[in-house]
Amino acid sequence: MDVEAAKFIGAGLAAIGVIGGGIGVGQVWAYYMSAISRNPSIKDEIQTPVYLGFALSEATALFALVIALVILFG
Amino acid sequence: MAQNSGPMDQFIIKPLINVDLAGIDISYTNSALLMTFAVFGTFCLFWIATRKRTIVPTRWQSIGELIYGFTASMVKDNVGKEGMRYFPFILTLFMFVFFGNVLGLMPYSFTFTSHLFVNGVLAVFIFVGVTIIGFSHHKLHYLRMFCPEGTPIAVAIVLIPIEIMSYCIRPVTLSLRLFANMLAGHVLLKVLAGFIISMGLMLGWIPFLALIAITLLEILVALIQTYVFALLATIYLNDAINMH
Repeated sequence: MDVEAAKFIGAGLAAIGVIGGGIGVGQVWAYYMSAISRNPSIKDEIQTPVYLGFALSEATALFALVIALVILFG
Repeated sequence: MAQNSGPMDQFIIKPLINVDLAGIDISYTNSALLMTFAVFGTFCLFWIATRKRTIVPTRWQSIGELIYGFTASMVKDNVGKEGMRYFPFILTLFMFVFFGNVLGLMPYSFTFTSHLFVNGVLAVFIFVGVTIIGFSHHKLHYLRMFCPEGTPIAVAIVLIPIEIMSYCIRPVTLSLRLFANMLAGHVLLKVLAGFIISMGLMLGWIPFLALIAITLLEILVALIQTYVFALLATIYLNDAINMH
Protein backbone atom coordinates (compact mmCIF):
# COMPACT_ATOMS: atom_id res chain seq x y z
CA MET A 1 0.00 0.00 0.00
CA ASP A 2 1.10 3.57 -0.75
CA VAL A 3 2.39 5.69 2.11
CA GLU A 4 -0.05 8.45 1.14
CA ALA A 5 -3.02 6.08 1.18
CA ALA A 6 -1.97 4.67 4.55
CA LYS A 7 -1.69 8.21 5.92
CA PHE A 8 -5.25 9.02 4.88
CA ILE A 9 -6.60 5.80 6.34
CA GLY A 10 -4.70 6.35 9.58
CA ALA A 11 -5.92 9.93 9.93
CA GLY A 12 -9.48 8.84 9.33
CA LEU A 13 -9.27 6.12 11.96
CA ALA A 14 -7.62 8.43 14.50
CA ALA A 15 -10.32 11.06 14.11
CA ILE A 16 -12.98 8.56 15.26
CA GLY A 17 -11.83 9.27 18.81
CA VAL A 18 -13.43 12.70 18.69
CA ILE A 19 -16.82 11.02 19.25
CA GLY A 20 -15.99 10.69 22.96
CA GLY A 21 -15.51 14.43 23.17
CA GLY A 22 -18.88 15.09 21.62
CA ILE A 23 -20.61 12.81 24.10
CA GLY A 24 -18.69 14.29 27.03
CA VAL A 25 -19.38 17.92 26.17
CA GLY A 26 -23.03 17.13 25.61
CA GLN A 27 -23.23 15.55 29.06
CA VAL A 28 -21.62 18.59 30.72
CA TRP A 29 -24.24 20.98 29.36
CA ALA A 30 -27.08 18.48 29.86
CA TYR A 31 -26.31 18.24 33.57
CA TYR A 32 -25.89 22.01 33.74
CA MET A 33 -29.38 22.51 32.31
CA SER A 34 -30.85 19.87 34.57
CA ALA A 35 -29.22 21.53 37.59
CA ILE A 36 -30.61 24.94 36.61
CA SER A 37 -34.06 23.46 36.10
CA ARG A 38 -34.03 22.03 39.62
CA ASN A 39 -32.56 25.13 41.28
CA PRO A 40 -32.54 28.26 39.11
CA SER A 41 -30.56 30.35 41.62
CA ILE A 42 -27.47 28.14 41.23
CA LYS A 43 -26.90 29.44 37.71
CA ASP A 44 -24.03 31.82 38.49
CA GLU A 45 -22.44 29.64 41.12
CA ILE A 46 -21.70 26.58 39.00
CA GLN A 47 -20.76 28.51 35.87
CA THR A 48 -17.01 28.25 36.56
CA PRO A 49 -16.95 24.43 36.92
CA VAL A 50 -19.17 24.13 33.83
CA TYR A 51 -16.75 26.00 31.60
CA LEU A 52 -13.80 24.17 33.14
CA GLY A 53 -15.47 20.79 32.57
CA PHE A 54 -16.33 21.72 28.99
CA ALA A 55 -12.74 22.72 28.21
CA LEU A 56 -11.25 19.60 29.80
CA SER A 57 -13.51 17.18 27.91
CA GLU A 58 -13.07 19.13 24.68
CA ALA A 59 -9.30 18.91 25.15
CA THR A 60 -9.43 15.10 25.20
CA ALA A 61 -11.35 15.11 21.93
CA LEU A 62 -8.84 17.47 20.38
CA PHE A 63 -5.94 15.24 21.45
CA ALA A 64 -7.38 12.60 19.09
CA LEU A 65 -7.66 15.22 16.36
CA VAL A 66 -4.03 16.28 16.89
CA ILE A 67 -2.91 12.64 16.44
CA ALA A 68 -4.87 12.54 13.18
CA LEU A 69 -3.22 15.75 11.97
CA VAL A 70 0.24 14.52 12.97
CA ILE A 71 -0.36 11.32 10.97
CA LEU A 72 -1.59 13.30 8.00
CA PHE A 73 0.99 16.08 7.89
CA GLY A 74 3.98 14.87 9.95
CA MET B 1 -2.90 34.39 -5.03
CA ALA B 2 -2.64 31.71 -7.67
CA GLN B 3 -0.34 29.40 -5.77
CA ASN B 4 -1.40 25.89 -4.83
CA SER B 5 -1.93 26.59 -1.13
CA GLY B 6 -3.82 24.56 1.43
CA PRO B 7 -5.41 25.26 4.79
CA MET B 8 -2.18 24.55 6.68
CA ASP B 9 -0.23 27.34 4.98
CA GLN B 10 -1.48 29.92 7.46
CA PHE B 11 0.70 28.44 10.19
CA ILE B 12 4.01 28.91 8.39
CA ILE B 13 6.32 31.27 10.30
CA LYS B 14 7.78 33.83 7.91
CA PRO B 15 10.75 35.99 8.93
CA LEU B 16 10.07 39.69 8.35
CA ILE B 17 13.48 41.10 9.29
CA ASN B 18 16.32 38.61 9.01
CA VAL B 19 18.66 38.77 11.99
CA ASP B 20 21.44 36.21 12.13
CA LEU B 21 23.49 36.25 15.33
CA ALA B 22 26.57 34.06 14.88
CA GLY B 23 24.69 31.30 13.15
CA ILE B 24 21.58 31.41 15.34
CA ASP B 25 18.48 32.65 13.58
CA ILE B 26 16.70 35.22 15.74
CA SER B 27 14.84 37.04 12.98
CA TYR B 28 11.76 39.10 13.68
CA THR B 29 8.99 36.85 12.38
CA ASN B 30 5.28 37.36 11.81
CA SER B 31 4.71 35.51 15.09
CA ALA B 32 6.89 38.07 16.90
CA LEU B 33 5.01 40.89 15.16
CA LEU B 34 1.67 39.60 16.45
CA MET B 35 3.13 39.22 19.94
CA THR B 36 4.25 42.86 19.73
CA PHE B 37 0.69 43.81 18.76
CA ALA B 38 -0.65 41.79 21.71
CA VAL B 39 1.61 43.58 24.21
CA PHE B 40 0.89 46.96 22.59
CA GLY B 41 -2.85 46.24 22.61
CA THR B 42 -2.84 45.31 26.29
CA PHE B 43 -0.84 48.42 27.15
CA CYS B 44 -3.18 50.71 25.16
CA LEU B 45 -6.29 49.10 26.59
CA PHE B 46 -5.29 49.62 30.20
CA TRP B 47 -3.72 53.02 29.53
CA ILE B 48 -6.92 54.40 27.99
CA ALA B 49 -8.94 52.70 30.73
CA THR B 50 -7.07 54.47 33.52
CA ARG B 51 -6.64 57.94 32.06
CA LYS B 52 -9.62 59.60 33.79
CA ARG B 53 -10.55 57.96 37.05
CA THR B 54 -14.20 58.74 37.74
CA ILE B 55 -16.41 57.05 40.32
CA VAL B 56 -19.09 56.39 37.73
CA PRO B 57 -16.94 54.80 35.05
CA THR B 58 -16.71 55.97 31.47
CA ARG B 59 -16.90 53.41 28.68
CA TRP B 60 -13.20 52.52 28.40
CA GLN B 61 -12.79 52.58 32.15
CA SER B 62 -15.62 50.13 32.61
CA ILE B 63 -13.99 47.74 30.12
CA GLY B 64 -10.75 47.89 32.10
CA GLU B 65 -12.62 47.45 35.38
CA LEU B 66 -14.56 44.51 33.93
CA ILE B 67 -11.42 42.65 32.88
CA TYR B 68 -9.59 43.48 36.12
CA GLY B 69 -12.54 42.54 38.34
CA PHE B 70 -13.24 39.32 36.47
CA THR B 71 -9.65 38.09 36.74
CA ALA B 72 -9.27 39.31 40.34
CA SER B 73 -12.41 37.49 41.47
CA MET B 74 -11.20 34.36 39.67
CA VAL B 75 -7.86 34.47 41.52
CA LYS B 76 -9.44 35.34 44.86
CA ASP B 77 -12.06 32.58 44.62
CA ASN B 78 -9.57 29.91 43.67
CA VAL B 79 -6.46 30.77 45.65
CA GLY B 80 -7.57 33.05 48.48
CA LYS B 81 -6.15 36.26 49.88
CA GLU B 82 -2.49 35.25 49.82
CA GLY B 83 -2.78 34.26 46.19
CA MET B 84 -3.40 37.87 45.20
CA ARG B 85 0.40 38.31 45.19
CA TYR B 86 0.40 36.37 41.92
CA PHE B 87 -2.53 38.27 40.41
CA PRO B 88 -0.38 40.49 38.13
CA PHE B 89 1.11 37.38 36.52
CA ILE B 90 -2.32 35.80 35.98
CA LEU B 91 -3.72 39.00 34.48
CA THR B 92 -0.71 39.35 32.15
CA LEU B 93 -1.08 35.72 31.09
CA PHE B 94 -4.81 36.20 30.50
CA MET B 95 -4.38 39.32 28.35
CA PHE B 96 -1.48 37.83 26.35
CA VAL B 97 -3.33 34.62 25.48
CA PHE B 98 -6.55 36.61 24.88
CA PHE B 99 -4.93 38.88 22.31
CA GLY B 100 -3.06 35.92 20.84
CA ASN B 101 -6.27 34.04 20.20
CA VAL B 102 -8.42 36.97 19.08
CA LEU B 103 -5.93 38.80 16.85
CA GLY B 104 -5.56 35.64 14.77
CA LEU B 105 -9.19 35.79 13.70
CA MET B 106 -8.61 38.79 11.45
CA PRO B 107 -8.00 37.99 7.78
CA TYR B 108 -4.37 37.53 6.70
CA SER B 109 -3.36 37.51 10.36
CA PHE B 110 -1.39 34.93 12.30
CA THR B 111 -2.37 33.20 15.53
CA PHE B 112 0.75 32.89 17.60
CA THR B 113 -0.98 30.66 20.14
CA SER B 114 -1.54 28.08 17.42
CA HIS B 115 2.07 26.96 17.70
CA LEU B 116 2.97 24.26 20.18
CA PHE B 117 6.25 25.90 21.17
CA VAL B 118 4.68 29.21 22.20
CA ASN B 119 2.03 27.49 24.31
CA GLY B 120 4.62 25.04 25.58
CA VAL B 121 6.86 27.84 26.84
CA LEU B 122 3.93 29.51 28.64
CA ALA B 123 2.86 26.20 30.20
CA VAL B 124 6.42 25.31 31.25
CA PHE B 125 6.78 28.74 32.90
CA ILE B 126 3.58 28.09 34.87
CA PHE B 127 4.62 24.53 35.80
CA VAL B 128 8.15 25.39 36.93
CA GLY B 129 6.93 28.52 38.72
CA VAL B 130 4.20 26.65 40.57
CA THR B 131 6.61 23.90 41.62
CA ILE B 132 9.11 26.46 42.92
CA ILE B 133 6.33 28.28 44.79
CA GLY B 134 5.17 24.99 46.30
CA PHE B 135 8.63 24.01 47.49
CA SER B 136 9.35 27.46 48.88
CA HIS B 137 6.06 27.55 50.83
CA HIS B 138 6.10 24.04 52.24
CA LYS B 139 9.74 22.89 51.95
CA LEU B 140 9.79 19.09 51.63
CA HIS B 141 6.23 18.75 52.91
CA TYR B 142 5.20 19.62 49.34
CA LEU B 143 5.97 16.02 48.39
CA ARG B 144 2.98 15.05 50.53
CA MET B 145 0.86 16.14 47.59
CA PHE B 146 1.66 12.88 45.82
CA CYS B 147 0.70 10.68 48.76
CA PRO B 148 -2.04 11.99 51.05
CA GLU B 149 -1.96 11.32 54.78
CA GLY B 150 -3.10 7.92 55.93
CA THR B 151 -3.07 5.84 52.78
CA PRO B 152 -2.08 2.19 53.29
CA ILE B 153 1.29 1.15 51.86
CA ALA B 154 -0.21 -1.11 49.21
CA VAL B 155 -2.32 1.70 47.79
CA ALA B 156 0.54 4.18 48.06
CA ILE B 157 2.83 2.05 45.86
CA VAL B 158 0.31 2.27 43.01
CA LEU B 159 -0.82 5.80 43.79
CA ILE B 160 2.51 7.64 43.88
CA PRO B 161 3.64 6.93 40.27
CA ILE B 162 0.18 7.78 38.96
CA GLU B 163 0.14 11.04 40.91
CA ILE B 164 3.63 12.00 39.78
CA MET B 165 2.72 11.24 36.16
CA SER B 166 -0.47 13.25 36.32
CA TYR B 167 1.44 16.13 37.92
CA CYS B 168 4.17 16.12 35.28
CA ILE B 169 1.71 15.91 32.38
CA ARG B 170 0.11 19.22 33.41
CA PRO B 171 2.24 21.48 31.16
CA VAL B 172 1.69 19.07 28.25
CA THR B 173 -2.09 19.09 28.51
CA LEU B 174 -2.25 22.79 29.27
CA SER B 175 -0.32 23.75 26.13
CA LEU B 176 -1.82 21.03 23.95
CA ARG B 177 -5.39 22.06 24.80
CA LEU B 178 -4.89 25.66 23.64
CA PHE B 179 -2.81 24.59 20.63
CA ALA B 180 -5.31 22.00 19.41
CA ASN B 181 -8.29 24.33 19.83
CA MET B 182 -6.63 27.14 17.88
CA LEU B 183 -5.26 24.81 15.20
CA ALA B 184 -8.55 23.01 14.60
CA GLY B 185 -10.57 26.23 14.56
CA HIS B 186 -8.38 28.03 12.08
CA VAL B 187 -8.01 25.02 9.78
CA LEU B 188 -11.81 24.75 9.73
CA LEU B 189 -12.11 28.43 8.82
CA LYS B 190 -9.66 28.08 5.93
CA VAL B 191 -11.27 24.89 4.61
CA LEU B 192 -14.72 26.54 4.56
CA ALA B 193 -13.25 29.59 2.85
CA GLY B 194 -11.81 27.29 0.20
CA PHE B 195 -15.25 25.83 -0.35
CA ILE B 196 -16.67 29.30 -0.97
CA ILE B 197 -14.17 29.94 -3.77
CA SER B 198 -14.49 26.51 -5.34
CA MET B 199 -18.29 26.42 -5.29
CA GLY B 200 -18.38 29.61 -7.29
CA LEU B 201 -21.02 32.31 -7.50
CA MET B 202 -24.21 30.24 -7.64
CA LEU B 203 -23.77 27.99 -4.62
CA GLY B 204 -21.08 29.94 -2.80
CA TRP B 205 -23.46 31.52 -0.30
CA ILE B 206 -24.01 28.23 1.57
CA PRO B 207 -20.44 27.90 2.84
CA PHE B 208 -20.43 31.67 3.32
CA LEU B 209 -23.22 31.46 5.91
CA ALA B 210 -21.47 28.51 7.53
CA LEU B 211 -18.27 30.60 7.66
CA ILE B 212 -20.07 33.44 9.46
CA ALA B 213 -21.45 31.01 12.04
CA ILE B 214 -18.09 29.26 12.52
CA THR B 215 -16.27 32.61 12.91
CA LEU B 216 -18.67 33.58 15.71
CA LEU B 217 -18.06 30.18 17.28
CA GLU B 218 -14.31 30.71 16.97
CA ILE B 219 -14.53 34.04 18.81
CA LEU B 220 -16.41 32.23 21.60
CA VAL B 221 -13.84 29.41 21.63
CA ALA B 222 -10.98 31.95 21.80
CA LEU B 223 -12.57 33.62 24.85
CA ILE B 224 -13.35 30.33 26.59
CA GLN B 225 -9.87 28.93 25.95
CA THR B 226 -8.12 31.99 27.41
CA TYR B 227 -10.41 31.82 30.46
CA VAL B 228 -9.68 28.11 30.91
CA PHE B 229 -5.93 28.64 30.50
CA ALA B 230 -5.84 31.31 33.19
CA LEU B 231 -8.25 29.36 35.42
CA LEU B 232 -6.12 26.21 35.27
CA ALA B 233 -3.03 28.28 36.06
CA THR B 234 -4.75 29.61 39.20
CA ILE B 235 -5.94 26.10 40.14
CA TYR B 236 -2.37 24.77 39.87
CA LEU B 237 -1.24 27.74 41.94
CA ASN B 238 -3.87 26.88 44.56
CA ASP B 239 -2.63 23.28 44.64
CA ALA B 240 0.86 24.58 45.40
CA ILE B 241 -0.04 27.20 48.00
CA ASN B 242 -2.91 25.47 49.82
CA MET B 243 -2.14 21.81 49.34
CA HIS B 244 -5.31 19.87 48.50
